[in-house]
Amino acid sequence: MISVQGLTKRYGQTEAIRNISFSVDKGEVVGFLGPNGAGKSTTMKILCGYLPADAGEVRVAGFDVFGDSVKARSRIGYMPENVPLYPEMRVSEYLSYRAALKGVSARQTGEKVEDALQLCGLSGVRRKLIATLSKGYRQRVGLADALINEPDILILDEPTIGLDPGQIREVRELIKGLAARHTILVSSHILSEVEMTCSRVLILDKGRIVASGTPADLRERAGLPLTGSIRMELKAPASEALALLRTAIGDGSVQVVGTENGWTELEIISGEQDPREDLFRAVVANGWTLRELSSHRSSLEEIFASFVKSGEQAPGEEKR
Amino acid sequence: MRTLWYLWKREVASAFQTPMAWVILFFLLLVTGFNFYAGVTMLNHGPSEVTVVESFFNTVFFWFPFLLLFPILTMRLYAEEYRSGTVETLMTAPVRDSQVVLAKFLGVLFLYCVLWIPTALYFVIFQLYTRHDAAGASGAYAGSYLLLLLIGMFFLSLGGLFSSTTRHQMTAAVMTFASVALFFMTGLLSFLSGHVGPFMQALSVTISPIEQMTQFSRGIIDTRTIVWYLVMTALCLFLTLHAFQSRRWRK
Repeated sequence: MISVQGLTKRYGQTEAIRNISFSVDKGEVVGFLGPNGAGKSTTMKILCGYLPADAGEVRVAGFDVFGDSVKARSRIGYMPENVPLYPEMRVSEYLSYRAALKGVSARQTGEKVEDALQLCGLSGVRRKLIATLSKGYRQRVGLADALINEPDILILDEPTIGLDPGQIREVRELIKGLAARHTILVSSHILSEVEMTCSRVLILDKGRIVASGTPADLRERAGLPLTGSIRMELKAPASEALALLRTAIGDGSVQVVGTENGWTELEIISGEQDPREDLFRAVVANGWTLRELSSHRSSLEEIFASFVKSGEQAPGEEKR
Repeated sequence: MRTLWYLWKREVASAFQTPMAWVILFFLLLVTGFNFYAGVTMLNHGPSEVTVVESFFNTVFFWFPFLLLFPILTMRLYAEEYRSGTVETLMTAPVRDSQVVLAKFLGVLFLYCVLWIPTALYFVIFQLYTRHDAAGASGAYAGSYLLLLLIGMFFLSLGGLFSSTTRHQMTAAVMTFASVALFFMTGLLSFLSGHVGPFMQALSVTISPIEQMTQFSRGIIDTRTIVWYLVMTALCLFLTLHAFQSRRWRK
């Protein structure tokens, strides 16, 4: 659906994007991840035919974005960052206008606008002036606009930025719901969000793709433990607890993180097996009191940090 | 064609959905109404060589609001889209640059026409009440309003060009007003005939709105003037298209 080859974009002296290549297959939901200024928005603007590139080739739904721009654009629903809208228009009026621009026939416009209003939870504000809408509703109008003509591809630039947690959850659910019908490229700098909604992640840093793959893939490649770490707190002397748990988990490592009023806090990095049951039994067998036993899967956050910090480039250059 | 129609419709709607069009219409009718009243009053004082139509279109009360109209009408055309970022949503829809430029021009031209049409009522009212003709010949009406349309086309496209180069409405307005005023002032060169060469004098007579209006409001229609304005409009629209496209290369 989307194929990008050797894309480079300069703003004057600075290179916003350096020779990036990736592709997105039909039906995928791909997360575009990176710190601010990594080149996410620039890449998206190029994909949507808004900005020209200095080098490289971009094909969207089979059309060359530079040579066949109008046709390519008709297959994309784009929601720019901060969702610029015409404040003097009413919600349904704006969506009808956008539908018409995107080639929806006059007969179908009413139906499509109704669908989009329903889907995005805008039915209650259809007659409202856009100027009077809250940030959350504006965001939804932008989303409704992006999918009004049921495009093959949705490109959403930071769709949840500036929303409150409740609204973020709603928009996230909405995107998940859309995944069945559209190919989606969504950018974010919130990692948990990408992990929740995306089947694949592209990590961008300083204009390069530094990593690409499923969250599990990346976890492995970043060298982080698959099962993650386990945190434990029990009422026992530190040295005894350490000795006991070492034998209980077999391969893996245990270390004392802290002690407080007779409580010992430990961190356990285990091997392939989940050792929590064994740990529990060992504690019970000794008659100690256990007040915490929790498992932390390494989040995308850590993976992201490990890729961005190390400046690792090798995995990112490859195409999936 | 369909796209152009929808773009045009939004341009026109946005003017009338905000108070802008109504405020301009109100004040324009106020000033031109006063201008008409003053013209008729002046003619009441004794015999004169000019008709009501000529006196209406050739006073400072007519030209002053006329010149002010262009920066006001055109400043927001592109600048506002740049500033608010809506140009991004607009140009990522399957829309051609040329369609946008044309739609914006035709939209503001339509608004301009809507502003002037009510002024024709003055002459209708005059004839109904006085049972005298407001002009020597019916061609005078056609000439006056045709010239109004032609000058409007050029100045509006010029204003659009300036608006397409900046994201600041005021900058666009200042540039538009300065250039429109400059074109207008060339007409005043003919008053300084002793100090300018015959070429400059001929030029000023040809492109001066004042000189042209003196002719057209008598019903004397000069095709050179028509061609001049059509060519200048086309040139401005062409340059606007390029200025609009240049956003893709600027940052």
